[in-house]
Amino acid sequence: MRYGRAPEILKDLTFDLAPGSFHFLTGASGAGKSSLLKLIYLAEHPSRGRIEMFGRDVEAIAAHDRPHLRRRVGVVFQEFRLLEHLSAFDNCALPLRIAGRKPSEYREDVAELLGWVGLKTRMHALPATLSGGEKQRLAIARAVVARPDIILADEPTGNVDHGHAIRILKLFVELNRLGSTVLIATHDEDLVARSGQPVLHLEAGRMIRYGRNGPGADE
Amino acid sequence: MSDPLFDPARWTPAPLLPRRDARDGALVFVVAVLCFLACLTAIGALAADRAARGWTNQLADSATIIVQPKGAESPDAAAARAAEALAGVKGVAEARALEKEKAEALLEPWLGREALLEDIPMPRLVSVELDPKTPASAADLDKALKAAGVQATVDDHSVWIGDIQRGAGVARWAALGVCLLIAAAAAAVIGFATRAGLAAHRDVIEVLHLSGAETGFVARLFQSRFALAAGTAGLFGATGAALIAALARLAGGGQGLTPVLPLAWLDLAAVLPAPFLAALIAAVAARLSADRLLKDLG
Repeated sequence: MRYGRAPEILKDLTFDLAPGSFHFLTGASGAGKSSLLKLIYLAEHPSRGRIEMFGRDVEAIAAHDRPHLRRRVGVVFQEFRLLEHLSAFDNCALPLRIAGRKPSEYREDVAELLGWVGLKTRMHALPATLSGGEKQRLAIARAVVARPDIILADEPTGNVDHGHAIRILKLFVELNRLGSTVLIATHDEDLVARSGQPVLHLEAGRMIRYGRNGPGADE
Repeated sequence: MSDPLFDPARWTPAPLLPRRDARDGALVFVVAVLCFLACLTAIGALAADRAARGWTNQLADSATIIVQPKGAESPDAAAARAAEALAGVKGVAEARALEKEKAEALLEPWLGREALLEDIPMPRLVSVELDPKTPASAADLDKALKAAGVQATVDDHSVWIGDIQRGAGVARWAALGVCLLIAAAAAAVIGFATRAGLAAHRDVIEVLHLSGAETGFVARLFQSRFALAAGTAGLFGATGAALIAALARLAGGGQGLTPVLPLAWLDLAAVLPAPFLAALIAAVAARLSADRLLKDLG
């Protein structure tokens, strides 16, 4: 993958994410973690190669079908990307609204999820009034509210302290236990080691490790 | 403890685009002005059309006979004989010989008072009112005059009527052209505003897009927003134009502001479609612009 005429950021990557699996994506800044996630959540097109999701070549999918594929992927963006003019509740409900669900069908679910991520008392709040940790949890709630098949998170613990990072990790583990495939891009080695989950490690755009428990693990 | 300021059971989805935008005021003003001009044009065209129809009807229901006396017969006698001959023609309601003074009064605006000297031979005129239902033709009148041995020229006003009808036609097409130009300008302004809106709300659009929103879903947000803004603007513009027309009607009494543009209260109804047309044009322009730009997001 390359941006415009720039050199390739990602090259010669071959890997599978089994349904229901949990992986970390590690690598230094600029290694290509965010770019790899963008390819998976269909924000970018590969300049060469092939990406298959849910048994379909994503580049062969017609433009009008791509939104349906995107709805099966929940994304926690590094910079949250919350809609500043909407309340926490409205932000969280966004994917369900886009999917065409009636408010009466999901009001209670959204309220319950916000309670689950610790935002029960902040449902009316605008993102500007939330702390970094609250924004992070709201972004996670929005990513998972529609029960996506895959959850992608880009540095989800980058803006929170260690205690919150552990809570967020537990949240992802719980979501994975409920059936979602999880891929978390992070450079938090401690978090990776603590979780004991398999790791995809990127270095200069190439995947050099694909195994369990981070650096030095099985290739 | 739950949020004391929020009851999920009473929640209704908030608008996905920010409610207020600094550009909206300017857009409403521009579209309101365009609608105002379009409505005034339409009202003016209706009044001009009414004037043209009135003049045409007046001219079509009458004819003027110019009598040239023969031999020793006096002009007044020749005119009286012509009127008598025409009065019996089928399709003539009334034929009346005009006195010399009336003929001079008709010519005075063109020749001036000083030119109306005694020694200039003044033709005598016969004014003929035709039956509006079955009017006699110029040929019928000419035939009757010849039968009575009167030398005269029949003017059935067909040249004037043709000129007026051509003028009215040009006014109608010009008004339609102006209205179309205004509609095109409004569409261009809305298209520009949509592109500016898409650029300003790119962050919102990207989140919607990456959350699985279809192009149509996002385009509809802009379509609804600009249709509402243009409809509101159309209401302001139409109300303004209707007020101006009403004032003109009141100031001019039954004739309207001027006999050239006789306004009727019914003409004010021409502004009624303006808000709906403005909203429709805005919706189509916004949708086309949004669709084209969102296609680039893939």
